[in-house]
Amino acid sequence: MITKRIIPCLDVKNGRVVKGVNFLGLADVSSPVSLAKHYSDSGADELVFYDITASAEGRALFTDILTEVARQIFIPLTVGGGINTLEDFDRVLKCGADKVSVNSGAIRNPALVGEAAKRYGDQCVVISADIKRVNGEFRVFAKGGREDTGMEALSWIKHCVDSGAGEVVVNSIDTDGVKGGFDIELLKRVRELVRVPVIASGGAGTVGHFVDLFSQIPEIDAGLAASVFHFGEIEIRDLKEELRRHNIPVRL
Amino acid sequence: MIAVIDYGVGNLFSLQSSLSAVGAESIITSRVEKIRGADKILLPGVGAFEDARRKLSLSGLDRVIVEEVKAGKPILGICLGMQMLFECSHEYGRHEGLGLLTGEVVGMENRLPDSLMIPHIGWNSLSVKKAHPIFKYTKDGDFVYFVHSFYAEGCEDSLLATTDYGREITAAVAKDNITGMQFHPEKSGEVGLNILRAFAEWSYTK
Repeated sequence: MITKRIIPCLDVKNGRVVKGVNFLGLADVSSPVSLAKHYSDSGADELVFYDITASAEGRALFTDILTEVARQIFIPLTVGGGINTLEDFDRVLKCGADKVSVNSGAIRNPALVGEAAKRYGDQCVVISADIKRVNGEFRVFAKGGREDTGMEALSWIKHCVDSGAGEVVVNSIDTDGVKGGFDIELLKRVRELVRVPVIASGGAGTVGHFVDLFSQIPEIDAGLAASVFHFGEIEIRDLKEELRRHNIPVRL
Repeated sequence: MIAVIDYGVGNLFSLQSSLSAVGAESIITSRVEKIRGADKILLPGVGAFEDARRKLSLSGLDRVIVEEVKAGKPILGICLGMQMLFECSHEYGRHEGLGLLTGEVVGMENRLPDSLMIPHIGWNSLSVKKAHPIFKYTKDGDFVYFVHSFYAEGCEDSLLATTDYGREITAAVAKDNITGMQFHPEKSGEVGLNILRAFAEWSYTK
């Protein structure tokens, strides 16, 4: 039986992980390679690396880091941040990324998803959407959640999946950072809308929130989080054991 | 020496890294003499069947691979590389495969319960059907990472393992010197590395 995926997300700036933490026995907590190894060893099913650098030097550093991670870690790697062109896809795929996540780049150039899917296959293209409620509708936000695009989120996601996106990451701005649980209402809507895997993001604060997510929406494929893992508030192995106790299939 | 066939599809960096991690010597190559000189062949592949198959025949490598395998050289096909070992694929039309194994590749669309997502992406468990040197370190129930929308059918004579995704899906095949994995061993953690290790250690005698 297919298992539910638990995915830590690492924000990388100038070659270092932002929001690093104190893991027992991990000397360099902001080293992307050691943190990735730590997560892989603790049972993470996949890793997302998000490049939040703006400079060209930072970008070059990021691909160096990615190469080093791919040399040592043998689980799927998704890369996002600063993906605006097919050349950007090429750049990160050559360094060992398995999937590429696009967000603002697809909003600026709506043809990007389709072109990338055609060249690299649907399985390679992940559409990541930052979504917030505005005047009673779900809206897509760009630029790291700072800018309201005015676009309705569900039709945007549908458009991207129809163009060839093989996976959807739904990041709820309303629940993100609050640690009050995932945005079940929004996730249910997206789940009913498309037939590709949907990854929930934004709002995880406790192990119970992941249990709620997979119990309330059994067809959701994965849960993604950053700080609860980085700050050691949730250990992936404990989380997976708890999910298993609730009869939620996990890889242990 | 394992020749990893480079025919312009897919990213071979992770694959070669994983082979290095298990101490296997490998070379990424599209050169005929390197393939003929290698002990084993690894046929990777992602993307569309028709495109990959065309690239393989344009380069003439398809003929070389078939000859070497028929002469007894062990081969491991991964994902689309495994699908190409079969007689044909029905991915957007009907396309001839390498015909090294009996069976054909079909789509998941209309063959799965509606509640299941396509592609089949994620970690799923293996149900092992028989013993084979490539599964020397692999146990029934081991988890491996899948990403695919098509799968092989009618391959009972080579079936090595299946996985449950609404129905039994071919996960691995093996017959004589020919092996194939629908999943990605290079992305399946320790379980996957052990399959690559077993492939590297395998000495096939006809």
